[in-house]
Amino acid sequence: MMADGSALSASLDLLAYSPPGWGANLLRGLGNTVLIALGAYGVGMFLGTLGAFGKLYGGPLTRDLLGLYTTLVRAIPELVLILILYFAVTDLVNQALLAMGYARIQISGVAAGIMVLGVVQGAYATEVLRGAIQSVPAGQIEAARAMGMSPLLVARRITLPLMLPAAIPGMANLWMIVTKDTALLAVVGFNELVQESRQAAGTTKAFFTFFMAAGVLFLCMSLVSNQIFARIEAWANKGTKRGGV
Amino acid sequence: MSLFDPIRTHMPLRRWVLAAMGIGIIAYCALALNWSWLQTPKYQGMIFQGVWNTIWILVVTMVLGFILAIPIGFAQAAGPWYLARPAQAFCTVIRGTPLLLQLWLLYYGLGSLFPMYPWIRESDLWPILRQAWPYAVLALTLSVAGYEGEVMRGAFKGVPQGQLEAARAFGMSRWGIFRRIWLPQAVARVLPTIGGETVLQMKSTPLVATITVIDIYAVASRVRQDTFIIYEPLLLLALVYLIIAGVIVALFAWFESRLPKRVV
Repeated sequence: MMADGSALSASLDLLAYSPPGWGANLLRGLGNTVLIALGAYGVGMFLGTLGAFGKLYGGPLTRDLLGLYTTLVRAIPELVLILILYFAVTDLVNQALLAMGYARIQISGVAAGIMVLGVVQGAYATEVLRGAIQSVPAGQIEAARAMGMSPLLVARRITLPLMLPAAIPGMANLWMIVTKDTALLAVVGFNELVQESRQAAGTTKAFFTFFMAAGVLFLCMSLVSNQIFARIEAWANKGTKRGGV
Repeated sequence: MSLFDPIRTHMPLRRWVLAAMGIGIIAYCALALNWSWLQTPKYQGMIFQGVWNTIWILVVTMVLGFILAIPIGFAQAAGPWYLARPAQAFCTVIRGTPLLLQLWLLYYGLGSLFPMYPWIRESDLWPILRQAWPYAVLALTLSVAGYEGEVMRGAFKGVPQGQLEAARAFGMSRWGIFRRIWLPQAVARVLPTIGGETVLQMKSTPLVATITVIDIYAVASRVRQDTFIIYEPLLLLALVYLIIAGVIVALFAWFESRLPKRVV
């Protein structure tokens, strides 16, 4: 009863771009999803780079604190972290503002989502990048130091380029994770793709149509990302020998 | 083991300071925050029920998912194309879409489809299908099967050809080779990763609260709605998940230490 032609065309009508259809809403949700994923990925990569260098070259206290950060984030569900960080950070910012004599502000959903998922990504990126940095032969770094390069210059010229081939598979994996983790923001009511499709489905009762459509969009996103990361990996591996390791 | 090493030898000063600060934070949380709701028998019962639901859903879906992952991985590693392609497509779809979406698709989608068929409503299974947990278990199981199927594919491919050739040279049947050589060596390869995968799966379990299954996350949300206490239930939630993760890691470390180490 669901699979005949009229039902299919009814489903397609629901997905149309213009207002009786919900296509525009889904695409807006997709835009938000991509925006948050990109932002969180950037924040996570930044935190991860700091964390990896801190874990490898930092003092004992830095290492302990970073260990605490990665352990906690990797053991507590993202959903719980999102709630805790969202409330705690909004609260802290507002208390700081009140203390300085300003009025309360409402933190936007996009900013909160980017920040929270970025902190979560940072913990995983720390581990990925740490492993990659460790894969750089110690002799290369020693040679750079012996040439009199400053630590920053060593990082920029030697460590970062040499660790790229080892880091990219892990970082590609993290990108896949963050695009899917944006769905969790639907639970706190943020209008990304899953939430938009739930609203559309709830209004029209066409649950299969809209969740399938959202799934196809996610799948397309992951397939396109796979292609892009394959390109990046080929580029990062330029000049390295294959199969000899 | 390494957890207790610093105490047995010399714990550095910074660790003492960190530990003291940690105890201070915990003491502050215990004394200054509002934990009165924990003393209510109603919430105590709900919390135990919630923890129990989280744990059984985790164990059941891990076991079922892993059992499903074996044929899915094997089909991709050594099966004919008409088995390998669908298995590959299954893994791509499961790994390419959010679990939350899969869960909602199954629960709301199937849930709105089933009542249209009278024979389903009249069947003996209907009282079960009307509840939320079968959909939660199904979605989480399929998720494990998808992710682990990909892992098992690599594990099956990683078993050295020489082992299989030797088994064939002994005249073992195809089923005998699979059961006694191929499968055990593949499973031995993935065992070290299963602990981590179980923790990841535990972190996915709170999603079932969004389809009205009462796990510990749902209980904490309920307490927050009832009492308007914001942080305390969330902190308890984080603590519960930390403990479960610690138990999982310790269990698998113990299990691995009992396995004979062999050089492959």
